[in-house]
Amino acid sequence: MNTWLRQHLAAFRRALRRLWAAPLNTLLSLLVIGIAMTLPAAGYVLLDNIKALGKSASGVQQISLFLEAGANRDLVRSTQDRLDAAVPGQWRFVPREEALDRLKSSEGMAEIVASLPRNPLPDAFIVEPRDGSPEALETLRETVAAWPGVAHVQLDSAWIKRFDAFLKLGRLAVSLLAAVFAVGLTAVTFNTIRLQVLAQADEIQVARLIGATDAFIRRPFYYSGALQGALGGLAAGLLISLGLSALEEPVSRLATLYGSSFTLHGLPPLQLALLASVGAALGWLGAQLSVSLAIRQMD
Amino acid sequence: MIVGSHLTKRYPGGYEAIKDLGFEIAGGDMVFISGHSGAGKTTLLKLMGAIERPTSGSLIVNGQNLTAMRRAALPYLRRNLGLIFQDQKLLFDRSALDNVLLPLEIIGLHPREAQRRARAALDKVGLLEREKANPIALSGGEQQRLAIARAVVNRPTILLADEPTANLDPESARQVLDLFVAFNQVRVTVIIATHAPHGIPGRQPRLITLDHGRLAP
Ligand SMILES: Nc1ncnc2c1ncn2[C@@H]1O[C@H](COP(=O)(O)OP(=O)(O)OP(=O)(O)O)[C@@H](O)[C@H]1O
Ligand SMILES: [Mg+2]
Repeated sequence: MNTWLRQHLAAFRRALRRLWAAPLNTLLSLLVIGIAMTLPAAGYVLLDNIKALGKSASGVQQISLFLEAGANRDLVRSTQDRLDAAVPGQWRFVPREEALDRLKSSEGMAEIVASLPRNPLPDAFIVEPRDGSPEALETLRETVAAWPGVAHVQLDSAWIKRFDAFLKLGRLAVSLLAAVFAVGLTAVTFNTIRLQVLAQADEIQVARLIGATDAFIRRPFYYSGALQGALGGLAAGLLISLGLSALEEPVSRLATLYGSSFTLHGLPPLQLALLASVGAALGWLGAQLSVSLAIRQMD
Repeated sequence: MIVGSHLTKRYPGGYEAIKDLGFEIAGGDMVFISGHSGAGKTTLLKLMGAIERPTSGSLIVNGQNLTAMRRAALPYLRRNLGLIFQDQKLLFDRSALDNVLLPLEIIGLHPREAQRRARAALDKVGLLEREKANPIALSGGEQQRLAIARAVVNRPTILLADEPTANLDPESARQVLDLFVAFNQVRVTVIIATHAPHGIPGRQPRLITLDHGRLAP
């Protein structure tokens, strides 16, 4: 084993020893770091789940096409022909009687429907074009709206767009939150490492007198900061997993009530590793700033 | 070999503790630096130990001119010197053995080899049975010998000791001096600052006497 590697290993061991030497301090700062990382990470997981929810709810993009009230058979047939010609994909004709039946079968509507003097609903088509992109749907909507006898075209993807915009906003909010907490995490490490440096002032002074380089003195503190950050990240992962497993059952029960098979998904190992690495990097940064300042003050 | 010429040290604030000093210490010498309190003995040792930097003049230690050296190079020079401080600077948060291990950790020695060498150094100063003791539990003489063990564990070519026998009873002082003589006998240059140079049976160590930062006439 070469000297360089051995010195890093030794520094790592010293860092561990120092964390271990003040277990309560270590535990508290891990908790602070963990919670600081939990908030943005939980926000991210939440958005991820909402995105998945959006996908599962809107697997197929649809356009609803309503004919004018009192449309005759010819108009229905000609519209069918136009759909066949113009739209690659599927469509389904929903006669006004079928629509009324469906309405009747929905809860609480039967009496209201029965009290109507006549069927107010128009004949309709539900179109599922093969190309479900928002742009293609928009073009299709304009085309179809111009056909004769078409009273109204409803693009069911409008809410998808809103949902998308909402997700984007959420992502931005989470990013801002993450940036704020990254600064906080760096500050927390800065402070704990500063305390460690002060506690080790004697050793630092002696080590310098007997030939320690700056790197030798700084290294253990860097590792200590990085280690705290990484452990804090894992603590955040643990907190999120605990939170998710507490929510899992109620959420899937709720989903079942809505006839969905939606389940919460947690943090995959890769993202847990990412969380730990981000924590380590920020901890390293905080330690670097802190040690530079503290050692300059010691001279 | 240590050579000083026109060596001057002015502390921040303007006080000149060493003034235009010229001297030569050959490798393997044993030298006492004496003089009244405030004469500049500690300052001269710190200059030779690369702890303080000369203000002007030149000071050559092991072939390197300390006046011109880059700051980043100083740690490496210090590793070839054994320093024993007036206040010893032992660490009281760890065992005697761990105190002696510190210089070896600094040079990145393999832990097993480091343990072996640190124990050998403790054995040499007669403290091997106390390796697990905290330095605070050691007597004054034992603490001084522990400081010596830490200074020699790197096998330095030059030992610099500041008042190593002050505050010791005659018996402990004798033991400490005997150690320095023993290291000197294996060609280690030994430089000791002291108020009162000791007689050493059968030897005639050199004496450099300072007076207000200059060589006493
Ligand atoms: N860091 C410092 N800043 C300013 N002046 C200093 C500093 N260190 C020492 N001096 C001054 O330099 C002079 C020489 O000090 P030094 O410690 O070298 O003397 P000494 O011969 O070792 O004395 P003693 O026998 O009391 O240990 C003293 O007058 C002291 O006040
Ligand atoms: Mg002195």
